[in-house]
Amino acid sequence: MAFASRDKNTRMTYRRALTRTAAVATLLLALAGFWELYRWTWSSAGWTWPFAVDSTSMPHVWTILKAFGQPAQVNQPSLGNILFHKALFTAKESAVGFAIGAVVGFALGVVLAHSRLLQRGFLPYLVASQTVPILAIAPMVVVWVNPKLPAAVQGWGAVAVIASYLTFFPVLINTLRGLHAADTRALELMRTYAATRWTVLWKLRVPASLPYVFAALKLAATASVVGAIIGELPSGLQSGLGGAIINFNQYYSIEPQELWATNIVAALLGIVFFVVIVIAEKLVVRRAPEAVG
Amino acid sequence: MSEQQPVVEIRNVTKTFAHGNVTALQDIELDFHPREFVALIGPSGCGKSTLLRVIGDLVQPTSGTVTVNGKSARQARNDRDYGIVFQDSVLFEWRTVAKNIALPLEMLRWDKARRRDRVAEMMELVELKGFGDHYPWQLSGGMQQRASIARAFAFEPALLLMDEPFGALDEMTRERLNLELLSIWERLQSTVVFVTHSISEAVFLSTRVVVMSPRPGRIAGVVPIDLPSPRSAETREDPRFFELVTEVRELLRKRGEHLLPEEEPV
Amino acid sequence: MTLTLRKAGDWTPALVVFVLVIAAWQGTIAAFHIQQFLLPKPSDIVKTFWTDRHTLWPAGWYTFKEALGGFAIGSGLGMLAATLVGRFRTFGNAFMPVAIAANAVPIVAFAPIFGVWFNPLSPHSKMAIAAVLCFLPVMVNTMRGLQSASPRQVELMRSYAASDLEIWRRVRVPAALPFVFTALKVASVLAMIGAIVGEYFGGATTALGVLINSDAESFDFVPAWAGILLASMLGLALYFAVVAAERIVVRWAPPEAEPS
Repeated sequence: MAFASRDKNTRMTYRRALTRTAAVATLLLALAGFWELYRWTWSSAGWTWPFAVDSTSMPHVWTILKAFGQPAQVNQPSLGNILFHKALFTAKESAVGFAIGAVVGFALGVVLAHSRLLQRGFLPYLVASQTVPILAIAPMVVVWVNPKLPAAVQGWGAVAVIASYLTFFPVLINTLRGLHAADTRALELMRTYAATRWTVLWKLRVPASLPYVFAALKLAATASVVGAIIGELPSGLQSGLGGAIINFNQYYSIEPQELWATNIVAALLGIVFFVVIVIAEKLVVRRAPEAVG
Repeated sequence: MSEQQPVVEIRNVTKTFAHGNVTALQDIELDFHPREFVALIGPSGCGKSTLLRVIGDLVQPTSGTVTVNGKSARQARNDRDYGIVFQDSVLFEWRTVAKNIALPLEMLRWDKARRRDRVAEMMELVELKGFGDHYPWQLSGGMQQRASIARAFAFEPALLLMDEPFGALDEMTRERLNLELLSIWERLQSTVVFVTHSISEAVFLSTRVVVMSPRPGRIAGVVPIDLPSPRSAETREDPRFFELVTEVRELLRKRGEHLLPEEEPV
Repeated sequence: MTLTLRKAGDWTPALVVFVLVIAAWQGTIAAFHIQQFLLPKPSDIVKTFWTDRHTLWPAGWYTFKEALGGFAIGSGLGMLAATLVGRFRTFGNAFMPVAIAANAVPIVAFAPIFGVWFNPLSPHSKMAIAAVLCFLPVMVNTMRGLQSASPRQVELMRSYAASDLEIWRRVRVPAALPFVFTALKVASVLAMIGAIVGEYFGGATTALGVLINSDAESFDFVPAWAGILLASMLGLALYFAVVAAERIVVRWAPPEAEPS
């Protein structure tokens, strides 16, 4: 009996995965179609608003896709190959930044949740910190952090720190909300068990806060990729996607499709990170991910 | 008195859901006469709320007809012939109490002065005077329901549909609101269809109790209530009150298939 | 957020922290002669903020206009898109996950492209980035808000024979307002950041981001920090403007329950 139901469940999951993939594929095709349609309409009509359409500003979809297979420079591996490795490099920075930011954000959230005074004292600055454009601070962070890091981590380590800056905030805010979301009656119940603060934290508040924390992790995953790319820009690192963007930006008028290809890879990286969290959530929180936000 | 045209005529109404798998109402035949106060009572799932919504054209019957004020239910709704009160007060959080009560009057395009006067009148009637500028969250559950009733009666509809309006309130608030409702009913001379879970409330408020059977919902029986009007707190201690409550309770216990004889002329 | 700071007394701890941190910052740098190359003394930053004001402040205003334009366009389009999608219910439900996934795309990567499209020196390219950053959060939250009206409220309106348009106007839109303002708060911060990121890839020399950048590149960190201070202040100003607007428009919200 258990066998048969497990079979049915796996079949349903496969079926759902299949429809999802089909939906995504259709969407991508629709996007490509829309792109070409827009391109054709605008260039035939000669409209110049919002911008003039030609093979530089809007290369054909096919040109962009073909560029993946070709080398960017003579005697070099294909663009796709290069971009893949750069994406991995940026992914490394994002992942580390994500981890640091998530841990710091969560820890800060736990501390602030327990002290109203500390909350009132520090939260406004933590909120204001997000208005500081990290792009502007990034060069200074790079110069300041890099010498302090072990040699193996230098360079990209600073970028990871920058990425963590964007990551910690959503995690902090949502941890705070989540820890306070525990039902007051459940809290009272714990008190009748004479539970210590520590026990209440781990047995009640943290599990109750999981939907909020995962909502934040989804935002944070995206933010870590953004942070990594932004961090790479002023640091002169060639090995990541940020470096590729600067590079191909300079050659844009000659080979526009290379920058577009890079952008597509960057977009994919962001989406992959997001999907990883969604899957993690499905595994950890064994019910449907709640639309908390 | 029943020579007058019934306000609501329900003929052969059946309502099924889920492609005929769930029968909420089965062959309902019922008339409501002007100025009656009819209580609809039955176990959970017997379709009484569905029946109320069918009368209000918020749900369409699968078969059968409903006539309200001599028109189709849809036409009656378009002509705004009835007011409705739900168990939850359904006040708009973004409007003050006064503006909430004024909502149907705005829909009817009354001018500002007329609206203001009527709202003041209604708030006085439900004893919410002075709370006009408050927001719903500032009011207790009982007060919110009063506002909801004021809103339903504001444009003096001939027919009032009430779906367990006091279900979420405590007993004492309930009894007080029962009396307030009756005084409003007498003043405005409307017809009220009142769905409830509470046998004592049904008997206390109504001139007639319609008992429904469990799903599929049919009319299990009708109990005319011959308690003297106007009702008061003492009515609940009248021996006749207990007799009627027992009668209704026994009808509820029956897994009713047989309809009691139709109501005698009042 | 689970924090209400309405009474003056609520601000005391924050003020205390501010004073302490600034004092410590100033003191440590003076005492230990830390390379003010990287982290200048607060007093120096404030001084430069004032002395450079003739270049700095207009640059801030220039960039702020870009951010404001982007904020207005992006939020406006976001609300419009949410309204349209809301009219076609089934489409809307299928669209939500797409919108959420689209949010995962680092818009930053597209900044140079916008520069190509709208001439890197013009403010329009930066406005476009800010607009794109604002669009998604506003659209997603407006959609959620429009769906937040309870079914009973809609039933009530139907009992008044209300048309779809009237239900829209009297129920769905007011119910959506709190959600819209939450999104606008997020967007207000993103707009300024988007403008500055855009300027990194090229912009008029009268723009704040360009100014900060060139100062940083020539290791002139004191004016760079002054510029950053200004950028942050402007971002906060926009945020507080939205908060003020919210207090006026969404007058009905009950005060958030203080957690135990």
